Amino acid sequence: MSDKITLPKAPEIWPEAQPYWDAASEGRLLVMRCLACEEHYVHPRPFCPHCGSDRTEWREAAGTGTIYTYTVTARAPVFAVPAMVRLAEGPIMMTAIVDCDPGSVAIGQEVALAFQPTDGGAPLPVFKPA
Amino acid sequence: MYPGDANIVGMYEHPVRKAEGISLAQLHADVARGALEDAGLSLSDVDGYFCGADAPGIGAMTMAQYMGLKLRYTDSTETGGSSYIGHVHHAALAIAAGKCDVALITCADNQVASRKFIGLGGVDWRGAPEQPFEDGYYVGPAALYGMVAQRHMHAFGTTPEQLAWVKVAASHHAQHNPNAMLRDVVTVEDVIASPIVADPLHRLDCCVMSDGGGAIVLARPEIAKSLKRPRVRLRGAGEAVKHNAGGKIDLSFSAGRASARAAFHEAGIGPADIRYASLYDSFTITVIMQLEDLGFCEKGEGGRFVADGNLISGVGSLPFNTDGGGLCNNHPGNRGGITKLLEAIRQLRGEAHPAVQVPDCSLAIAHGTGGSLAGYHGAATAILERI
Repeated sequence: MSDKITLPKAPEIWPEAQPYWDAASEGRLLVMRCLACEEHYVHPRPFCPHCGSDRTEWREAAGTGTIYTYTVTARAPVFAVPAMVRLAEGPIMMTAIVDCDPGSVAIGQEVALAFQPTDGGAPLPVFKPA
Repeated sequence: MYPGDANIVGMYEHPVRKAEGISLAQLHADVARGALEDAGLSLSDVDGYFCGADAPGIGAMTMAQYMGLKLRYTDSTETGGSSYIGHVHHAALAIAAGKCDVALITCADNQVASRKFIGLGGVDWRGAPEQPFEDGYYVGPAALYGMVAQRHMHAFGTTPEQLAWVKVAASHHAQHNPNAMLRDVVTVEDVIASPIVADPLHRLDCCVMSDGGGAIVLARPEIAKSLKRPRVRLRGAGEAVKHNAGGKIDLSFSAGRASARAAFHEAGIGPADIRYASLYDSFTITVIMQLEDLGFCEKGEGGRFVADGNLISGVGSLPFNTDGGGLCNNHPGNRGGITKLLEAIRQLRGEAHPAVQVPDCSLAIAHGTGGSLAGYHGAATAILERI
């Protein structure tokens, strides 16, 4: 059954994350930044998980990062290389590596932002080797 | 007051591994009655009930009606597979505080027979705020723990062969358990030759999926002394939750570091005093992480610690999961905390299989993790002592 999936399911959009998915639809990745402690964070919420301040803002990410960890799996539909990527801004996010030779993916490898269309919804941020 | 004022007096493990023709409520009641019978008590003695999200309906209320319980204390703490170790902690506190006299803990699931493979039994993920940011990548448990293992290999030089030794040890124990799903002894080569599920995890690095469950009964010492069964007390306990910290996630350690520190502090002993360890074994990497986080070896040394049969009873320095664990015996509802407790209690009572019984086992640890080591997870540690 799972091999018939060619597009990931569309992300469910909570009100607090609407700007994130609107930007994704325009090919931009947003992260949130706290104006009080100046830390970036994922996932979107209207207060800082580091210091609790509600003085936060959306920032557009540079779209570059390094692979924090990954795995190669034949079982996952759509993505063979689920991964966590450390963004240039600091936070580590769940994602997948695409357009790659799974055998040559490595922790620490530099990657660049891309977007994967979903089944009728906003696209998902993914990364490819830089 | 706690510790010491509550005794474990009853336990039961359901022998079923695929629960055809039996309802979820009946499974919970079956394990409850089994544990009460083991203690020499009955349902009418229970005045405190503890369950996780695997219990049907609204949990404690639903099961109280089904079993006819008259309760004055309930606790539905839900920390995934570690829940039941937390329940023992909470039950001991409740008994010590005089809030209940006889506490019943149940865990049971029938998702294999009912073909409802929903991951963690009973959990409804609707509304979980991280789901839109993770769901679409289809990162199931194996992929998540594969990512943890990749990181461990990168940081500490852990090898697939070392991971395999965890499964090898579990299989040596499972051969003596007639209820275990996988009773064949396997070798490191067998594990490495099994298909990759999520690199570096092979099929044999992953636990089984099963139905079944178990139950535990605790009682006030005055009641416990009047019963015929060997008494076990909770000497120390700790719980913790770890998460992705807004993106500052560090996969090199688990919440077990904090829960074990609290448990050992309360018990007033250290890892070197432990004779037997029940460790959560959803995947082989889970065990290696926990050995480090609980203090049985230095951080990063877990792979070297488990090699060459060091976890095999009668062979190595730290016998673990002598029932075969989740890797070989069972993993009801993908919730292994209850079975970790059961085998630790058997060891302390001297009721483990003679081939795996640790001689004069006086102190044991049962440690569980629930959720995902690659995301948010709970950890619960119980240090148990034979009285």
